[in-house]
Amino acid sequence: MSVLVNKDSRVIVQGFTGNEGTFHGGQMIEYGTNVVGGVTPGKGGHPHEKLGKPVFNTVREAVEATGANVSIIFVPPAFAADAIMEAADAGIKVIICITEGIPVKDMMHVKHYLKDHHCRLIGPNCPGVITAGEAKIGIMPGFIFKPGRIGVVSKSGTLTYEAVDQLTKAGLGQSTCIGIGGDPIIGTTTKEAVELLMNDPDTDGIVMIGEIGGGMEAEAARWIEAERAAGRANKPVVGFIAGQTAPPGRRMGHAGAIIGGADDTAEAKMKIMAGCGIHVVDTPAHIGETMLAALKK
Amino acid sequence: MNIHEYQAKEILKSYGVRVQEGIVVSTPQAAVEAARELQVETGTQGWVVKAQIHAGGRGKGRTLETDQEGVKFCTTLEKVETVSKNLLGNTLVTIQTGPQGKKVNKVLIAQDVYYDGPQKPKEFYVAILLDRAKACNVIMASTEGGVDIEEVAHHHPEKIIKEWVDPHVGLQPFQARKVAFALGLDGEAFKEMTKFITTLYTAYVGSDATQFEINPCLRTSDNKILAVDGKVNIDDNALFRHAHIADMRDTSEEDPLEVEASAAGLNYVKLDGNVGCMVNGAGLAMATMDIIKLSGGKPANFLDVGGGANAQTVEAGFRIILKDPNVKAILINIFGGIVRCDRVANGVVEAYKKIGDIKVPIIVRLQGTNAEEGARVIQESGLKVTSAILLKDAAARVEEALA
Repeated sequence: MSVLVNKDSRVIVQGFTGNEGTFHGGQMIEYGTNVVGGVTPGKGGHPHEKLGKPVFNTVREAVEATGANVSIIFVPPAFAADAIMEAADAGIKVIICITEGIPVKDMMHVKHYLKDHHCRLIGPNCPGVITAGEAKIGIMPGFIFKPGRIGVVSKSGTLTYEAVDQLTKAGLGQSTCIGIGGDPIIGTTTKEAVELLMNDPDTDGIVMIGEIGGGMEAEAARWIEAERAAGRANKPVVGFIAGQTAPPGRRMGHAGAIIGGADDTAEAKMKIMAGCGIHVVDTPAHIGETMLAALKK
Repeated sequence: MNIHEYQAKEILKSYGVRVQEGIVVSTPQAAVEAARELQVETGTQGWVVKAQIHAGGRGKGRTLETDQEGVKFCTTLEKVETVSKNLLGNTLVTIQTGPQGKKVNKVLIAQDVYYDGPQKPKEFYVAILLDRAKACNVIMASTEGGVDIEEVAHHHPEKIIKEWVDPHVGLQPFQARKVAFALGLDGEAFKEMTKFITTLYTAYVGSDATQFEINPCLRTSDNKILAVDGKVNIDDNALFRHAHIADMRDTSEEDPLEVEASAAGLNYVKLDGNVGCMVNGAGLAMATMDIIKLSGGKPANFLDVGGGANAQTVEAGFRIILKDPNVKAILINIFGGIVRCDRVANGVVEAYKKIGDIKVPIIVRLQGTNAEEGARVIQESGLKVTSAILLKDAAARVEEALA
């Protein structure tokens, strides 16, 4: 079953007729994802030229016509916040926003808007979510994922692929991999994503990949520690933080990857994580073997 | 994006925030004229000459060539001219610039705001920042102005006042009053401070800022509240709707290689190590830097070539890395997803041949889509390029290259 998305998810693509929406929409369908249509305002009424699926003018129309419950957003940064709120308003339950470069002020409004809506936002600035063998709702290369029982939570795209590739090569398949995104304000935090996987009966272990900036990894680590003290959350967690060599005050690619103080360096985060019982690795090259060893304990 | 003090004050002023008045100049002659003009406009009896560089600690910093402090109070026009002459065109070294310092191209001639009056002037600290965890903005203020606020936060956290703002309704008057009262103000100064905080918040939201730091924020001897210095950070992602702020970018303050990379559409940050790297994806790029360190090297840069790595981006990346004389080896780490590794490998070979005469060892690690075909392209090219598929192997090759 896993979390967030599966073979029964009915997926629409916002920004369906654009280059990104068309390309990745096609890749998702090829993977076997149940893409039921998409939205491009002003282009509704005709099927998608290449993909054949229906195009709607609004998310509400799409939901009414297809029963969609998951949306993936490929809308340019200036309009992406609006697209997220439109999806929430139309009753979409899982909204996955791939767009990179959304102004932080817009995300602040989105985050508060969503408080009154029963939905979950993943991202923005993320690779998406995949439940191996069931549904790929994102831009990740599908072939590296193998169905199995390890969940992955990550702020980064290619670093997630690296981790997954190692897991697969170590003989460990994946349940659900959640790319939470690298922006300062995101819909689902590390802790929330870890919690989902901790409560998932189909997940046996969790890989948690973070980076410099913010306090989300520390929050997740402290939650895990507290849960364990209460006799819950006993699945092994392997953690890595990218950016041990990043200088303070400089933005490392991702808008959120910037060291602001003594608490959000890679070193500080790794120390907190290790103190909370997480198996911390100092290079991503050891993620696979560390998980394998942790599961055997 | 970082901007200069004078530009920060321009933004603040445009929203009605009271600032220490000043005129920015780039010659000593213009400095004297500016000082005269300020005297006529504001009645000031003295001037402060402030070096405009993108670094803090200017007051305690000194120029290499003339041993001049970066911020200097002057009581005569002659002194304004001398100090400006000592600063302009010279290199200011502060605690934040590193030993190489930064060249001063402009100075701000500012009015004296510490003049005598009914009360002694008092410095405060006022800032607005993004609270990532709460997903809203927070106003921070302290009676301990003019000093390093991190120190205050560490030793006397109780002296920092925090007020979180609901993004939907914005800053409410009671919140501004709360901060002003907490700073111990009353009467005219209290009213001035609530107005200052209110307009400052409007400016912050209006300009899509992620940080405003007014330190010091001064209560003058006659109870005016104004910004003496201003550190302003604007959200890069929002610059598309603030063309006039985007134009404030001063590329002379940035590393020339970073300027060149950004023109080529590459996400590059210059560092001071000896192993260059080129990676697709920001997270993997940071992790690759970490691997370089574990292999006994030091990363010379952060470079994310993005999702669509091709021959052109690889070549541009190569050229930029090779311009750094400290680079002793280059590690290319690509995880092919949508990007196919054989294409990247062909890009590397093409770029290598085109640039020619590359003296440093190159290690290419390709993984993911068509990784093996990619490795074969590298091996068959006959170039002095080492190929690896596993991350561990790549690390070992870097270690060998540095040995």
